[in-house]
Amino acid sequence: MNYFEQGRVWLDDPLNWTNPGGLLDRLGEHLLISFWAVLLGCAVGWPIGIWLGHRGRGGNAVITVANLTLAIPTLALLTILPLTPLGFGKPPVIVALAVFAVPPLLANAYTGLRQIDPETREAAKGMGLSGGQLLRQVELPLSVPYLAAGLRTAAVQVVATAALAAFVNGGGLGEIISAGFGIGMSNGGGGQIVGGGIVVAVLALLVEALLAVVQRLVTPRPLRGTFRRNRPSAAVPAA
Amino acid sequence: MSFLSRAPAPAWHLAAPADGPGNPWFSWQYVHNNAGELVSKLQEHVGLTARAVIIAFIVALPLAVAAYWIKSLTGPILALSGVLYTIPSLALLALVAPAVGTTSDTSVLIALVLYALLVLVRNALAGLTQVPGEVKDAAAGMGYGRFGRLWRIELPLALPGIMTGLRLATVSTVALVTVGSLIGKGGLGDLILGGFRNNFYRAEILTGAVLCVALALVLDLVLAGIGRLLTPWTKVRRA
Repeated sequence: MNYFEQGRVWLDDPLNWTNPGGLLDRLGEHLLISFWAVLLGCAVGWPIGIWLGHRGRGGNAVITVANLTLAIPTLALLTILPLTPLGFGKPPVIVALAVFAVPPLLANAYTGLRQIDPETREAAKGMGLSGGQLLRQVELPLSVPYLAAGLRTAAVQVVATAALAAFVNGGGLGEIISAGFGIGMSNGGGGQIVGGGIVVAVLALLVEALLAVVQRLVTPRPLRGTFRRNRPSAAVPAA
Repeated sequence: MSFLSRAPAPAWHLAAPADGPGNPWFSWQYVHNNAGELVSKLQEHVGLTARAVIIAFIVALPLAVAAYWIKSLTGPILALSGVLYTIPSLALLALVAPAVGTTSDTSVLIALVLYALLVLVRNALAGLTQVPGEVKDAAAGMGYGRFGRLWRIELPLALPGIMTGLRLATVSTVALVTVGSLIGKGGLGDLILGGFRNNFYRAEILTGAVLCVALALVLDLVLAGIGRLLTPWTKVRRA
């Protein structure tokens, strides 16, 4: 493929990596934005999901929220938030990405607590555990695989959509692709477009693979294998 | 901040200031003056969504049936569509666009199809695998062959899963079309990004975003209605 060859040539040039605004700069920005977005998403999604799951209600609300955010274009939030008091720069981008990180975190946390065998919960209560003890000593450890799966889905999604921050000049690796389209195909931007595309795609796959390992490590051995990851249905958690 | 103010709406959006009463979040005057453009962008958006979902569906159904019939294919098919799903939309666009040309919407269409594929395959496969074994045995006993059983028994019983997949794929495709605005083929996304670049003209951004979400919800409701018409027995069973 001619274009992949051009992309490879572009990636082979060390200056494209080390220049100001080059790949390394953009990669740093990309990871920084993604990190804060996921952190913010966890800070919002997990407590709510765990609390709702502990209480055993709000399942319909979780599904509604997850489905509604599916309908909101990322681009809309990315362009609207800078015009609010958040101002321009990284904060609106981080908030926009966090909004899309919340549904998988919330839904998986909720599912994780609801899938626990009711008999386990009854036994814990029968042993005299209070609500807080039940949550800390029984429910949370048993839902770790689901929490990890939610984190993985959310993180991969954030890293993927962080590329769109370039639409509003928010930094990140998308800037490389966007600048490539700006140069135009006829002026040799093709190599940069494809090169940027390859880097973004590889980054997303790396994050996915890395978090898959993390997910496996934090899952207690007896729970491995019995657990089915629910990625596309993250929007429709089992109620 | 003038939220939803109908005060002096600028018909000349280039002169719209970035803030203050001259740049309202919503303006009937904008909608009135640009009705033609709004309608044509909406049509472009609907057209892209419909073509992407239909093509993805035509590809996904045989894949799901293949994964269902040949158990050894299930893993590879799901893994491949999972990898395609993980690759960020912008990277996919960057990898496809130079090859098929940046002036047509074919590249956007290809990216959308690849993205919708995983959701459709997964849900169709989930629908097929939950057909009860006794039903399949009964069908075999009545003399149904492989294709007859698939067409008359298994696919109708898998319809709820297939329709869920179609709804999820449609809603996320509507939101994803906006990414195409990077090359000016993003339907309503062109309005969102155009408004942002047009001196942060809020009315244009919000009109595009609201139309986009509304379109997703309307299409979701339509598909839900079709699903109910196609599977009248699920209503009876629930009652």
